[in-house]
Amino acid sequence: MASSIRVRATANGDITEVQALIQHPMDSGFVKDSKGSLIPAHFIQELKFECNGKDVFVADWGPAVSKDPYVKFSFKGAKKGDDLKISWTDNKGASDTTTAKIS
Amino acid sequence: MTTTTGPLATRRLMLQGAASVALLGLGNLPFAAAPAHAAANDKYPEAAFRQKSEADAIKALYGKTAEPSDKVKLDAPEIAENGGVVPISVTTTLDKVTSISFFVAENPNALAASYGIPDGTVPGVANRLKMAKTTNVVAIVEADGKLYSATREVKVTVGGCGG
Repeated sequence: MASSIRVRATANGDITEVQALIQHPMDSGFVKDSKGSLIPAHFIQELKFECNGKDVFVADWGPAVSKDPYVKFSFKGAKKGDDLKISWTDNKGASDTTTAKIS
Repeated sequence: MTTTTGPLATRRLMLQGAASVALLGLGNLPFAAAPAHAAANDKYPEAAFRQKSEADAIKALYGKTAEPSDKVKLDAPEIAENGGVVPISVTTTLDKVTSISFFVAENPNALAASYGIPDGTVPGVANRLKMAKTTNVVAIVEADGKLYSATREVKVTVGGCGG
């Protein structure tokens, strides 16, 4: 199965810029379907980026994060070719992990 | 039989012992260490995400209040046509930033997202949030143990929570 996570990590000097796009419904639990029944909450709670054995960015998300979430940040201390590991878990216990090469 | 039940029984006892110790530990944690590092540690701040008002959510997440600061730059559209996808980002010139959080004042639950910023990570983040209606978006930056905030009103034409 294709990964739910798409990442672009680009090193520019000492700074690595990371953009990630994750496929997830991010149902808030406040929305009704066409039959008028509530769609149960289903959203990513924790998202983590690790590089060279160190957490570089940690996100705690609530249901107010948009569907197919996008996030962008930058960090120092990595170089081209290093591995960036991304993992998430949602409120139903599902999870996904991927590793991206910094370019 | 006796030779096998003996060790097994001991093992079970030990397991029970371990389990109760673990339970005790878990029970104590929220009271002892919750507010101080709630945003920066790796425990999901369940309680903070359940608060209705922005003030309660800030209190549940950090255990203190924030002061407005012009060193926190919050970027948000003036008008969001689709409340389901509002691009919001924050940057700051503050030092020793440990976390950044976003609150949407009139969403059903105010806290939208909270980011831990470890040492070496540039203090800034861009993401996309849902907004139920026109309201204030508040960004909180925790720097050197203090909280700094920036607020912007975003007008929403179509709500993002299916209202």
